[in-house]
Amino acid sequence: MSTASLEGIKKSFGDVQVLHGIDCKIQEGEFIVILGPSGCGKSTLLRLIAGLEKITVGTIKIDDREVNNLEPAERDIAMVFQTYALYPHMSIFNNMAYGLKIRKMSKEEIKKRVYNAAEILELTPLLKRKPKELSGGQRQRVAMGRCIVREPKLFLFDEPLSNLDAKLRVQMRLEIRKLHQRLNITSVYVTHDQVEAMTLADRLIVMDKGFTAQIGSPLDVYERPANTFVAGFIGSPAMNFMDAKLENNGRSIRISEKEYLELPGKGLPEHIDNKVRAGIRPEHFVICDAKEAQIKLKTDVVEKLGADTLVHGFTLENNIAMTVSLDGIQHFDADTILSFRIQPDKIHIFESESGKRLN
Amino acid sequence: MIQQRVVFNNKVLPYLLIAPQVIITLVFFFWPASQALYQSVLQEDPFGLASTFVGLDNFIDIFTDEIYLNSLLTTGFFSISVTFSSMIVSLLLAVMANRVLWGGAIYKTLLIWPYAVATMIAGVLWFFLFNSTAGIIAYFLRVMEYDWNHALNTGQAMFLVIFASAWRQISYNFIFFLAGLHSIPPSLIEASAIDGASPFKRFWTIVFPLLSPTSFFLIVVNVVYSFFETFGVVHAITGGGPDYATNILVFKVYHDGVLGLDIGSSAAQSVILMSIVIFLTVIQFRYIERKVHY
Ligand SMILES: Nc1ncnc2c1ncn2[C@@H]1O[C@H](COP(=O)(O)OP(=O)(O)O)[C@@H](O)[C@H]1O
Ligand SMILES: [Mg+2]
Repeated sequence: MSTASLEGIKKSFGDVQVLHGIDCKIQEGEFIVILGPSGCGKSTLLRLIAGLEKITVGTIKIDDREVNNLEPAERDIAMVFQTYALYPHMSIFNNMAYGLKIRKMSKEEIKKRVYNAAEILELTPLLKRKPKELSGGQRQRVAMGRCIVREPKLFLFDEPLSNLDAKLRVQMRLEIRKLHQRLNITSVYVTHDQVEAMTLADRLIVMDKGFTAQIGSPLDVYERPANTFVAGFIGSPAMNFMDAKLENNGRSIRISEKEYLELPGKGLPEHIDNKVRAGIRPEHFVICDAKEAQIKLKTDVVEKLGADTLVHGFTLENNIAMTVSLDGIQHFDADTILSFRIQPDKIHIFESESGKRLN
Repeated sequence: MIQQRVVFNNKVLPYLLIAPQVIITLVFFFWPASQALYQSVLQEDPFGLASTFVGLDNFIDIFTDEIYLNSLLTTGFFSISVTFSSMIVSLLLAVMANRVLWGGAIYKTLLIWPYAVATMIAGVLWFFLFNSTAGIIAYFLRVMEYDWNHALNTGQAMFLVIFASAWRQISYNFIFFLAGLHSIPPSLIEASAIDGASPFKRFWTIVFPLLSPTSFFLIVVNVVYSFFETFGVVHAITGGGPDYATNILVFKVYHDGVLGLDIGSSAAQSVILMSIVIFLTVIQFRYIERKVHY
C-alpha cells in the first residue's frame, strides 16, 4: 500500500496549457476518482502519474519519493487502458506474465501469481486463448489481471469501462469495487461517468478545463458542490439554476416578484449585496397545495421512467426552464400548473460572477 | 453500410474501360509467357531458320549445365542478401522515422526518392560512384588504402550489385514498415513500457512480432524483386561478371537469349523463373488468406 501526492501539477503541450495546477494527497489504499467532462485533462493527469508524459511544472511523489524523472517502469505502477491494450500476439497467460518475465521473476512465482489472479477474475479457463478470442468484458478483466499480478504501488485506470455495453458496465463496476476491497491497492480512476464516479470513489477530484473544481467524498460533492460547475455536472438530471436576490437581511432569496425562498438559520447576511444564483436539485422539489406554493411550474414534457417521473416545465412567474423528479409514476398533462415547496437546507447559493458556493 | 451499385446503361462502356488493362496484360504478359512456354520445347537451328520439337531436352540441358547451376546458387545468395539487407536497413529507418517528431515529413520524402530511380539508372549511378578510375567512392577507398576494382574482384562485384539493388528497394520497404508501425496502437507500447520493458525489449517482444505480416509480405516482394527487377543493376554494373560472379538467372536468360541467341535454352530458363514466381505468389496468397498472424 502506498501514498501518492500531486503538487502544483501543470502541463502544457506546446503553447496550449492543459493542466493549470492540480494538488491532491492520496492516502494509502484510497480509491480516487478523477471526474470531468471530455477534454478537461483527466487522461493527461493520469499519464503524468504513469510517467507516459513529462510534467511541465510541479511534483509527483509516490511514497514520498519524487518520481518526476523516473521512467514508467521505475515507478512501480500499473495501468488499465481504455482500449485494454492487450498484446494481441500473446496468450492470456503470457499477457499477464509479461511484466513479471521482464522483471525476471522465477517461473514458479509467475505461475503462482498468474493463476491466483486468474482465479480472482474468473479467467482460469481462458488462459490459453488469444485476446481476440475473448469478449469485451473478459478482455477488460485480463487488463486488470495484468495489473494485479504485478502487485504495484499504484493502480491507474483510464476510463476502463467506456467500451463496454451498459449492463456489463454496471457489473464490472461492481467487480472493480470488490477487487479494491479485497486487494486494497491505492487507485486512481479516470472517468467522465458520474455514476461510476459516485459508486467507486472514496474521494472525487472533479476537474473542469484543467483546474480542480472540487475534491471531496462523493456525498460531499453531491450535497455541497463548491461551485456552479460541480453543481451542474454532478447529479442527473442536472441541478436547476435561477438568478436570485438576497433580501430580508440575507434570510431569504427572492426569485421573482411574487416568489421567495427561505434560507436555513440566519441565512447569508454577509453577502446581502452579492448577485447570486440559487440551485435546486430536481429531486428536492416537494409537491404541495396551491396555497402553500413557493414555486409554481407549468408542465411541458413528462417522462415516466418507472421508478420516478421527470417533469420538465417552466416557472409560472419568469418562465425559467426547470426539471423536477418525483417518486413513482405520476400522471400530468402538458400545461398543468403544479405547486412546489423546497426544504430550506436543500437550497444551494452561488455567487453569480465567480460561481463560488456561498452557503 | 449500404453498398452503392454503379449501374452502366451502356453495354460496351465497361468493356472499354477495362480494355487497356486487359490488353496490356495479354500483350506484355500472356503472349510472351506463352511464347516462352512454346519456345522452351523447341530447338532452333544456328541460323534461326527452322526449329524442331525437342521435348524437355532444353530443361535437361539446363540442369546439367554447370554455369546454370552456378547461376542458381549465385541468384540464391544474391536474392537473400538483397532481401535481408534492404529490409533490415528499411526497418531501422522506419523505426527512427516513426520517432522523429520534427522534420519527419522531409526525412520521409527523402527516403522515398530512390524508388523513383529506375533500376538501370540506379545501376549506372553506383557504377560511376564505385568506378575504379573515375568513381568518387572508389577514390576514397583508395585513399584509405583499400583497393577497389569491382571489374576484377568477384567479391566486390557481388557486393556492389547487392548494394545497389538493396539501396533502390529500401524506399519501398520503408513505406510498408512505416505503415506497419503506424498501425500498432501506441497504447500497446505504453503498456509494455509500464510493464517494465526497455525500448529494445519493447521492440523485440511487441513491435517486431506485430510487424510479422508486413515482414512476410515484404520478404516475398523483395525476393521477387531481386530475381527479376535487378536485371538493370547487373546489366549496368557488371554484365554478369567478373567470371560469372554476378550472373544471376534473369541476366543469364537475357544473355543466352539475346546475345547468345540460344532461344530454346533461354525460353526454358524463363519458364523456370516463371514457375519460381508463381510458387512464391501462391505461398504469399495462402499465407495472407489464412491471416496467420496473431
Ligand atoms: N499529446 C498531446 N498533444 C497535444 N494536445 C494534447 C495531447 N494530449 C492531450 N491533449 C489535449 O489536452 C486536452 C486534454 O486531453 P485529455 O487529457 O485526453 O482529456 P480527457 O481525458 O479529460 O478527455 C485536450 O484538449 C487534448 O486535445
Ligand atoms: Mg481521456
